Amino acid sequence: MTVMEQRGAYRPTPPPAWQPRTDPAPLLPDALPHRVLGTGTAARVDPDLLRRLYTELVRGRRYNTQATALTKQGRLAVYPSSTGQEACEVAAALVLEERDWLFPSYRDTLAAVARGLDPVQALTLLRGDWHTGYDPRELRIAPLCTPLATQLPHAVGLAHAARLKGDDVVALALVGDGGTSEGDFHEALNFAAVWQAPVVFLVQNNGFAISVPLDKQTAAPSLAHKAVGYGMPGRLVDGNDAAAVHEVLSDAVRHARAGGGPTLVEAVTYRIEAHTNADDATRYRGDSEVETWRAHDPIVLLEKELTERGLLDEEGILAAREAAETMAADLRARMNQDPVLDPMDLFAHVYAEPTPQLREQEARLRAELAAEADTDTAAGFEPEGGGR
Amino acid sequence: MTTVALKPATMAQALTRALRDAMAADPSVHVMGEDVGTLGGVFRVTDGLAKEFGEDRCTDTPLAEAGILGTAVGMAMYGLRPVVEMQFDAFAYPAFEQLISHVARMRNRTRGAMPLPLTIRVPYGGGIGGVEHHSDSSEAYYMATPGLHVVTPATVADAYGLLRASIASDDPVVFLEPKRLYWSKDSWNPDEPRSVEPIGRAVVRRPGRSATLITYGPSVPVCLEAAEAARTEGWDLEVVDLRSLVPFDDETVAASVRRTGRAVVVHESGGYGGPGGEIAARVSERCFHHLEAPVLRVAGFDIPYPPPMLERHHLPGVDRILDAVARLQWEADN
Ligand SMILES: Cc1ncc(C[n+]2csc(CCOP(=O)(O)OP(=O)(O)O)c2C)c(N)n1
Repeated sequence: MTVMEQRGAYRPTPPPAWQPRTDPAPLLPDALPHRVLGTGTAARVDPDLLRRLYTELVRGRRYNTQATALTKQGRLAVYPSSTGQEACEVAAALVLEERDWLFPSYRDTLAAVARGLDPVQALTLLRGDWHTGYDPRELRIAPLCTPLATQLPHAVGLAHAARLKGDDVVALALVGDGGTSEGDFHEALNFAAVWQAPVVFLVQNNGFAISVPLDKQTAAPSLAHKAVGYGMPGRLVDGNDAAAVHEVLSDAVRHARAGGGPTLVEAVTYRIEAHTNADDATRYRGDSEVETWRAHDPIVLLEKELTERGLLDEEGILAAREAAETMAADLRARMNQDPVLDPMDLFAHVYAEPTPQLREQEARLRAELAAEADTDTAAGFEPEGGGR
Repeated sequence: MTTVALKPATMAQALTRALRDAMAADPSVHVMGEDVGTLGGVFRVTDGLAKEFGEDRCTDTPLAEAGILGTAVGMAMYGLRPVVEMQFDAFAYPAFEQLISHVARMRNRTRGAMPLPLTIRVPYGGGIGGVEHHSDSSEAYYMATPGLHVVTPATVADAYGLLRASIASDDPVVFLEPKRLYWSKDSWNPDEPRSVEPIGRAVVRRPGRSATLITYGPSVPVCLEAAEAARTEGWDLEVVDLRSLVPFDDETVAASVRRTGRAVVVHESGGYGGPGGEIAARVSERCFHHLEAPVLRVAGFDIPYPPPMLERHHLPGVDRILDAVARLQWEADN
């Protein structure tokens, strides 16, 4: 007998009629990622939607290569490419209604652009001028979020608020596989499930968090499995199959809009490029792995489906590429202009009303800038007291 | 006479060397963090450690700062000496709960029974063109938390010496690494005997008679440059490198200011509620009768760290320091 038992404090009998609160079975993800393309089931998808996805994928890929080129020319400080992941980005943008909200992470420039954001405005953060180059309310795109997973609770709160107000709004939040380890991820999912908030979480599992592979990130059977513990459904989808991602996300959005609560979707994909242009991927992965995934390219998959079914011909392919070139040329031209920044903007938006201290600092910088303008050469040091 | 060929190392390399030497000397030293293993850290400071000491001693953790620091607390409770890497200044914030609620006060709340010998390495500060959340100077938050040591090297030798001392310390140390000095070199030769600096001593980097620039970390080279520039105008500035913000070396600082009679505190984090306020107050308290002018501060503006294209306007540079020196009302006979 243990001390606890002797004291009578330990009563191992379970309560009489314990029932799980939720039947876990319908919440569990399928063992294999959901696929549509090449499975013979794509016929149920609207051909116009497939063609639209295709055009956006081609444009998205071109955006990625153009942005990467801009880093080499020094026009962009850094760019985390989403090459290989375009199907997730594009589907995320296209499943949302105008009134819905997108909560991107720092890699999701493309989702923002596919939602209609001006390609240059989407890059200000990465170029190094303003942190967020757009008004989040205009297109209902939260700022591209750098601290990982911190945008997820925001998405939950916004969706919850919309519901409290009686608005028919869904929030879709994007996060990487690495980001699912952060406390904010867990707290967001828990709140979402408890509140039954109309929010959809899309994890783009691209294999790595910088250098750390998924098996060092989680021991779960899949990231989608994590949903079950919170009491929401988890869905696993082939992240390179644009039709499948669109289908699964549409289901989840519909479910959320109908009051069914949140869904966690894991899209299995791959990061073809390095983490950013500043990263050396050869330190942590081999070429052969990358090549395997190249063969499973989202554009190739969709193009194959469309051409085999006669929904796309050479002309259509060329048209998509031309549209992408036009976008790239415009992006290049506008990014090659030096941005004009006003240093006084440093103080403009710290508070609604600047503090007296900030006003002092503002005046000080203004004087410095005036002095700089007076002397084109580096200003010599002229002490006020004139001491020598 | 034999001359030793100097093989200068960068500050990042000196830090690597310090970690390696500490791990070799003491099997209880464990390095952990995001990307510290195979990749060797995004700044390559942990390069080669996983290979040399195995993944149990240099561990790629899941991506969770609170988890990293929280598990390090448990490891330290069991007798290990974890050295934790926070990838960037602003990404240490998720770990603040652990830092403030546990790391900083474990010794105190257990009445000395459970000290926590752990080191938290945080690359900090701006000037490298980093995007949002990659340039914060968070030292004021750390300084305001009793129970933490806060140190920051400005030279390659100090990077080695202070990191060794931090790892050897029986108290938690927040080790702030000035990002923009990672690639700086000085005459430190990794193959020569390497000294370990005791935590808590400031050093006079440049002696002078006319005024003292009190500074630390990334602003030290800027102050030295300012002192050089001022020399041609006839001013002889002393530069004190604090090296340690907690504990604070009142003696060295006060002795310097008493000699020179004037002081300017220089740092790149915001001035309001910033480290300079504390330092200026301490100097005034100790040196009031020696001061010929109020202690001035040259700091970053009180704004969220700006985007890279504007950071040069934010960071205190040579001109702003010289301007402050001018405001000390220089006398012609100095
Ligand atoms: C809170 C936080 N910690 C660390 C970082 C530094 N960091 C930037 S990206 C990254 C890896 C992210 O991996 P994952 O979530 O899988 O997204 P992916 O880059 O693959 O899109 C890390 C560690 C960060 N941005 N935020």
